[in-house]
Amino acid sequence: MSTPSAQPGGAAAAAAGAVDAATLKPIQVKLVLLGEAAVGKSSLVLRFVNNEFQENKEPTIGAAFLTQKCKLDDKIIKFEIWDTAGQERFHSLAPMYYRNAQAAVVVYDITKPASLDKAKSWVKELQRQANPNIVIALVGNKLDLAATSRGVPAEEASAYAAEAGLLCAEASAKTGDNVMDVFTEIAKKIPLEQLLAARGGRGGASGAGGSGAAGTGRVDLNAGPGGRNTQQGPCAC
Amino acid sequence: MDEEYDVIVLGTGLTECILSGLLSVEGKKVLHMDRNDYYGGESASLNLTQLYRKFRPGQEPASTFGRDRDWNVDLIPKFAMASGEFTNILYHTDVTRYLEFRQIAGSYVYRDGRISKVPSNNTEAVSSPLMGIFEKRRAKKFFEFIQAYDFTNPATHQGLDLNTVPMIEVYKKFGLEAGTQDFIGHALALQLDDSYMTQPAKDTYERICLYMNSMARYGKSPYIYPLYGLGELPQGFARLSAIYGGTYMLSKKVDELVYDNGKVVGVKSEGEVAKTKAVIGDPTYFSDKVKKTGQVVRAICILNHSIPNTADVDSIQIVIPQKQVNRGHDIYVAAVSYAHNVSAKDYWVAIVSTLVETAKPEEELQPALALLGPIAEKFIDITDIYEPIADGKADGVYITKSYDATSHFETVCQDVKDVYKRVTGNELKVEGKVKKQEEGAAAE
Repeated sequence: MSTPSAQPGGAAAAAAGAVDAATLKPIQVKLVLLGEAAVGKSSLVLRFVNNEFQENKEPTIGAAFLTQKCKLDDKIIKFEIWDTAGQERFHSLAPMYYRNAQAAVVVYDITKPASLDKAKSWVKELQRQANPNIVIALVGNKLDLAATSRGVPAEEASAYAAEAGLLCAEASAKTGDNVMDVFTEIAKKIPLEQLLAARGGRGGASGAGGSGAAGTGRVDLNAGPGGRNTQQGPCAC
Repeated sequence: MDEEYDVIVLGTGLTECILSGLLSVEGKKVLHMDRNDYYGGESASLNLTQLYRKFRPGQEPASTFGRDRDWNVDLIPKFAMASGEFTNILYHTDVTRYLEFRQIAGSYVYRDGRISKVPSNNTEAVSSPLMGIFEKRRAKKFFEFIQAYDFTNPATHQGLDLNTVPMIEVYKKFGLEAGTQDFIGHALALQLDDSYMTQPAKDTYERICLYMNSMARYGKSPYIYPLYGLGELPQGFARLSAIYGGTYMLSKKVDELVYDNGKVVGVKSEGEVAKTKAVIGDPTYFSDKVKKTGQVVRAICILNHSIPNTADVDSIQIVIPQKQVNRGHDIYVAAVSYAHNVSAKDYWVAIVSTLVETAKPEEELQPALALLGPIAEKFIDITDIYEPIADGKADGVYITKSYDATSHFETVCQDVKDVYKRVTGNELKVEGKVKKQEEGAAAE
């Protein structure tokens, strides 16, 4: 099994070119979506993940997270995309949502100035609660409506984004315009080497480390209840 | 808010969140509210600011404790049994996707003034310092009996039908000393007092098996623990509920329940009424419908070292059997550390707890506090334990129980199943994955 090279630059990139991308182990990146209701958070993701769009989509139900792989030079990034599941509606997002997120897409609707204000408050929340190295992209959705009903000048959003140190773009989930680019830009900005180094023992950005403790003792419950004995069964000792 | 719901759930403690998640998955329309601005209610994990706000209003945390966000201090000390029903529910609801678990590194018991590892099989029994040479042989025989016991095969019973014989008779048969009975009954079977001795041995046998099976699963101890603290558990189930359409409102005060002909029809909050067919909630929302059954005292202790005489482990449970310290109930110590992302680097959080027996609850914890070494900070919490007076069938108000003094989540699961059955009329079946269809199905 080959793992992505930790060294950027010519030689490593050339060497990696020879490696079949499919054999690379993807680097998992947790990405969270934020933004006012009905700005198109889920639509952007559905466009990115399935390249599809549904008019009048119902509020999100039933999807814990979607995944999509993204190839970048010699690495494969697997985005694990978390939807708010509506918990943002009444300011009830759990800290778990932000936990260990390496990227966030904060969405507003370019036809609704108030949605940009809301987006700014989400950025503040991320800066307060999330991992300090999180890559944040501010995305103005509904670019297809720019000619008829734009309410937020592109310059206003980009000036704010520059000031706050965010990636910034306008896109349309409906036409697909710019959607891939947003995720590619995010992928480029994520400090992958750091991520890989920190994951020597897998897991969280904070609290790890110290006498090799982080690497041991983790258990994987997703592996299933195999080997579990039923209550009536004999003891496994 | 001004809609009609199948169920309104009050309080986001673990029990309520599991119920909310299970009911949403079944297609019930759920509204879930909490008066606090955080998830978890009585089973939350708090950061330093929240912890001081609760226990030391007006006082700032010491700067040596580092960043607020590094702390997730549990209010109730519990671990998950690796092969228990709670782990089963986590797995079958796929809530494991949101959580990472880590083993608890040691399971210890107190005997004759010192602590030792709990032996959990016949080989460990032989090397345990807890017993003398002859007692070890007797214990080995006892463990062999437990291992071999098969309810359907009388040849394995050695004349003891565990369905009927009280546990004391089983101890007598193997000639086990009182101190050995203490650690089997209290550190392996995790019985809270000695009333189990005269009950049929089956319950204790099953508890011992649960301990051993859990132990066998990952090796260091029978317990696992979620990174970032127990408060992650209610959050995980709340997310499950939200994903299946549950509506969440924190910082939402409940004014009153609205009744029609003695049956609940709505919940009034901040002047608005949400209509519903049933209400589920924790006891703190229904002071007139619950009765006090006891009191727990907990000391949340912040340490800057591991617990002495524990081989420097990052986490541990210590059981002090009641008789060892002349009490009627056991004292538990549950300690986790920065390795579980619950504290700043090089800090441990140990919670000492027991059921209150005297007018001076804090003093009752002394034998356990004495095991901890120097304590950097200590918060004392004395909480009443409540349970509902009625089963809720008459008024449609289904109340959960307070978190008891047990060291694991098995009684929480019992309560979940009990409330679930009262609300839906059906037994809760937790088997087969709840769902698979949507998650991660795309673009793999």
